[in-house]
Amino acid sequence: MRKVVITGAGTVNPLGHDVPSTLTAMREGRCAIAALEGLKDQERLDVQIGAQVRGFDPGAHLDRQRLPLLDRFAQFALVAAREAVAQARVTFDGEAGARAGVVMGTAGGGNTTVDDNYRSVFAEGKNRVHPFVVPRLMHNAAASHLSMEFGLRGPGLAVSTACASSNHAMGLALQLIRGGAADVILTGGSEAMLSFGGLKAWEGLRVMSRDGCRPFAASRNGLVMGEGGAVFVFEALENARARGVEPLAEVAGFGMSADAGEIVAPTLDGPVRAMRLALADAGIDAAEVGYVNAHGTGTRANDRTEAQALHAVLGEGADRVPMSSTKSMHGHLIGGTGAVELLACLMALREGVLAPTVSFDAPDPDCPVDAVPNAARDGVEVRAVLSNAFAFGGLNAVLALRRL
Amino acid sequence: MEQDVMTQDPAIAAKVIEIIAEQAMRAPSEVTAEDRLEDLGIDSLGVVECIFQIEENFDVQVPFNANNPEESTFDISTVGSVIAEVEKLVAERRA
Repeated sequence: MRKVVITGAGTVNPLGHDVPSTLTAMREGRCAIAALEGLKDQERLDVQIGAQVRGFDPGAHLDRQRLPLLDRFAQFALVAAREAVAQARVTFDGEAGARAGVVMGTAGGGNTTVDDNYRSVFAEGKNRVHPFVVPRLMHNAAASHLSMEFGLRGPGLAVSTACASSNHAMGLALQLIRGGAADVILTGGSEAMLSFGGLKAWEGLRVMSRDGCRPFAASRNGLVMGEGGAVFVFEALENARARGVEPLAEVAGFGMSADAGEIVAPTLDGPVRAMRLALADAGIDAAEVGYVNAHGTGTRANDRTEAQALHAVLGEGADRVPMSSTKSMHGHLIGGTGAVELLACLMALREGVLAPTVSFDAPDPDCPVDAVPNAARDGVEVRAVLSNAFAFGGLNAVLALRRL
Repeated sequence: MEQDVMTQDPAIAAKVIEIIAEQAMRAPSEVTAEDRLEDLGIDSLGVVECIFQIEENFDVQVPFNANNPEESTFDISTVGSVIAEVEKLVAERRA
């Protein structure tokens, strides 16, 4: 079976507008969750905190002709993809482009566009909308713009599984390369749901925290929304070697499962099976796992179930395997979250630095995990990691990465 | 007991029971103040929907976070406790 590796990474997220600044923020345990600024109709929201991407100037990255076609979620994806492609030093001329593809995750697609135009036609009573509303809002907009930007002429698709979208996208990218459908795939996810309508919808479910994201901690009381995304260059190992490029890590395995239970309440069985399948697919023994990037939303139900799942999968000693949630710093990026969280996995494998779970006030007996509370840990030898994503709708996707 | 809870405003109690009965897929006559919501088969999502209906019907804001219902100041343990809480909120709104 073909081995698949990561040769480039890029991101725009609340912690930073590129990978180096994001990893620095994670190392420093910086929290990007703050009072919301500048949302339309913000005064009508009960939730007044979030992790916004601040100071992002689309016009500095994207030309004026193209900007009207790009929702914020597609802007994040394009800027992140450029960074990833530059790092991978990969080109897509001729046959290389035909053997290259894109698989991007998003839960809501062009939410900002939907929000703005609903306001325009419903609230403001306008009868005319901008001609590009449809190409901006469609879920595959980011995937399509990546394909056009770089000339990726092979498989192209968007994957939408709520909060697991990025992980499902990256897992499918792994399988497509393994299966021979492509040699290189740009993959990850992005989301820009941090708008009035996006937040109002989440308020309705009553799972949002009003004061912070504290995964696995005793005082946790809900999730905090973020925005942004990340893109990676996934590539067949032999392809990277032929190009003389040093891979960042191996994408060793992928496991997915469905709870077939309830629409928003997680089961234990679904996550456990997804984690076990990822390990089996990767050929990684449970004892080799040195770090787990948790789904860790900060809701009571997710974190308790995820802690139980970790113990079920890793057995005795599970509480000694660090499992942190970087959502405590960058918030929940919904469909883009798994991609940004994979950066913490790369940092663990490559630099031996474990990103912390910040705002961790006190442990919860229901969550007996080493959450790497409050401060990053360095000098840790990590050979294999898992990255969890468990979506509303009971769809679970877990990636296993290994150091090369 | 049941009557004590309901004496304040029978219309409020009747409406709350109707909302909860609808979630429980039962006739209102089958729901009493002593019933616990979970015993009526109402799960956490059902509770959230009940609260939404209560807010819409009574024009009130219910302080409730589905993450930690036990820490909520809004007591949802029984049908009677929900009625009492709604009566309080309605009284506050009218005050």
